[in-house]
Amino acid sequence: MNTTEPLVLGIESSCDETGAGIVRGTELLTNTVSSSMEQHVRFGGVIPEIASRAHLEAFVPTVRAALAEAEVSLAEVDAIAVTSGPGLAGALMVGVAAAKALAVATGKPLYAINHLVAHVGVGLLGDGGELPEHLGALLVSGGHTEILAVESITSDVRLLGSTIDDAAGEAYDKVARLLGLAYPGGPAIDAAAVDGDPRAFAFPRGLTAGKYMGSVEKPGPHRYDMSFSGLKTAVARVVETFQAARQPVPVADVAASFQESVVDVISRKTVLACTEHGITTLLMGGGVAANSRLRELVTERCSRHGITVVVPPLSLCTDNGAMVAALGARLVSRGVAPTGIGFTADPGLPVTTVAVPAAS
Amino acid sequence: MLVLSLDSSSTASVALARDGEVLERFDTTDTRSHAEALAPAVQDLMARTGLTGEDLDGILVGIGPGPFTGLRAGLVSARALGFAWNLPVYGLCSLDAVAHHVVPLALEAGEPEFVVATDARRKELYFRRYRLTGSHDRPEAVPAGEPGVAAPEDLPGMPCYGSGAGLYPDRVPRLAAQGTDVAPSAADLARAAWALTSRGGALSTDTTPLYLRESDARVPGAPKRATS
Ligand SMILES: [Zn+2]
Repeated sequence: MNTTEPLVLGIESSCDETGAGIVRGTELLTNTVSSSMEQHVRFGGVIPEIASRAHLEAFVPTVRAALAEAEVSLAEVDAIAVTSGPGLAGALMVGVAAAKALAVATGKPLYAINHLVAHVGVGLLGDGGELPEHLGALLVSGGHTEILAVESITSDVRLLGSTIDDAAGEAYDKVARLLGLAYPGGPAIDAAAVDGDPRAFAFPRGLTAGKYMGSVEKPGPHRYDMSFSGLKTAVARVVETFQAARQPVPVADVAASFQESVVDVISRKTVLACTEHGITTLLMGGGVAANSRLRELVTERCSRHGITVVVPPLSLCTDNGAMVAALGARLVSRGVAPTGIGFTADPGLPVTTVAVPAAS
Repeated sequence: MLVLSLDSSSTASVALARDGEVLERFDTTDTRSHAEALAPAVQDLMARTGLTGEDLDGILVGIGPGPFTGLRAGLVSARALGFAWNLPVYGLCSLDAVAHHVVPLALEAGEPEFVVATDARRKELYFRRYRLTGSHDRPEAVPAGEPGVAAPEDLPGMPCYGSGAGLYPDRVPRLAAQGTDVAPSAADLARAAWALTSRGGALSTDTTPLYLRESDARVPGAPKRATS
C-alpha cells in the first residue's frame, strides 16, 4: 500500500447527505454528494427514515460517480474510510454496512471514522496538508454544535463545549418555521435578518449566567456549553404576542435579534474556550459556517485575541465524503491500524475516538 | 449457478448456494445486529469455501418486507458487493424463502393454499399468500398475492406459517400445525430462487425494498396561533 500518498475512498451518511470523496494523500480528487434535503423541506427538518431510505438508493450511484470523476478504480484504492458516528443511527448504518461490504469484496483496509473530527480533516486538504499548531474547531450545523481542541488530529482531540439541547442549525430551522420562512432555516434567517434590527428584541443568551460560566480558576458546569431551546421558546412567545394583538410579526427584526443571540453566544464561548486553551487558529465547519453573521462575529472577536479563523469552502463545510477520506488518508500515513469490519455504527461516538480501534 | 445470498428481513443470514444446494450458511438468532453480522459472515463463508467474487454468478438478496433498518443493511450490503464484484444483484421477496421451507409441511397437511407471516412490529404482521403447484414429488409454493401488512386477525383465513404466526398463535385466523417458527433465511431464499428459475421463472434485478409502510414522517402542524 502507498502510505505516503494513500488513495482513500471516504464514505459519509450520518445525516441527510450521502457522500463519497476520494483523496490521494492531501490532494482532493473528488467530492461527490447526493443530498435528500429536498425531501425534508415539507417537514421543516431532517426526517431520519427518509434520510436512511435515500442513503440506500444513493449509495452505489454516488460511489460509482466519485470513482469515475476521480478516474480511479475501486481496485486502485488503498483504503476505505467511513463515518461510524456521531449521527443518526439508521442513516449511519447504511454507510457502515455498505463500506464493510466494499471492504470485504475488495480486501481493502477499513477505517471507522469520527464525523466531527472528519470536519476538521478538511483542513488537511490542499497546500502542505498540515494543520496549524494550537488548533481549535467550531462546528455548527443542523446536527451538531461543538467547540473542539485539536492537539493531534490522529490521536488527541478534545471536546471543550457543545450544545446541551438543540443544535444551532436545528434552532434556525424551528425559528424559520415560526416566522413562516423556508427550510433550511440558516440561509432563510440570514437573509431575512439583513434588514432587521438585531437589538429590537432582547432574546436570552443561553448558559451565559455566572453560575454556568464560573471563572477561569473555578469553571462552572457549562463554561463553554451552549443551549438554544430557551431561545426558541422566547421567539415563539414574541411571535404569539404579535399574533394575539393581530399585528404583523416584524419578521426581519425577530430574525435579526434571534440570529444575534445565537451568534453572540457561539462566538463569545468559542473565543473564551480558545483563549483559555491556547488555541491560536480556529477552523470553522458544518453547514452553519456559511452563515454570514456568524462568520463575521467569530472572525471579529477572534482577531481581537489574535486568533486566526479558517473557513473552508462551503462544499467542504457541509457533510461530505472528502473530509472522511482526508482523515482516513492521514490515519493511513501515520500508520494507524485499520478498524476492520467488526465495529458498529455509534450514534454517540465521542470526539476522543478519532477512529474506532480494531476489536482485539 | 453459484450465488451468495443475503437476507436481513428478520434475522440476518448469509448463504452460498450452487444450483439451489446450500454449500455454507450463517444465521444469527437475534433481529438487531444485521449491520454487525453480515460483512464478517460473508468474509467467513468465502474464506471457508475458498471462493472469491470471481467464482460467483450473482448476489441474491431478500427485499423484505421487514423492519426498515435491518432490511437496509442486507440490501445495501448486497448492492455494494454486486458493485465491487461487478455481479448482478437479484431481489426476491423474503417471505418466499419461508414459503419454500414449509412446502413439505403444507403438502403433508393437505393445505394447497396457505399464508406466510413474519413480525412487522407495532403488533402487526407482514404476510403473503401462496399456493402449492408442481408434481407430487416436486411440489413448489408460488405467490398467490402481493405482500401486505396487517393486524394478525386480518390475515387471510388460511393456515398461517412463519415466525409471525408463532408470535400471535391465538390471533391469526388459522394457525398451521407446524412451521410457525420459520423465519426467512438466506439459505431458503437461495433454494426458493433456484426453484423459481428451475420452473422457468426469471429472477428480477429489482432490489427495491418492500417497506410496505410509509416512513414515519409527519408534516409538523402549522405553528400554534393565539386567538383573542
Ligand atoms: Zn457534520
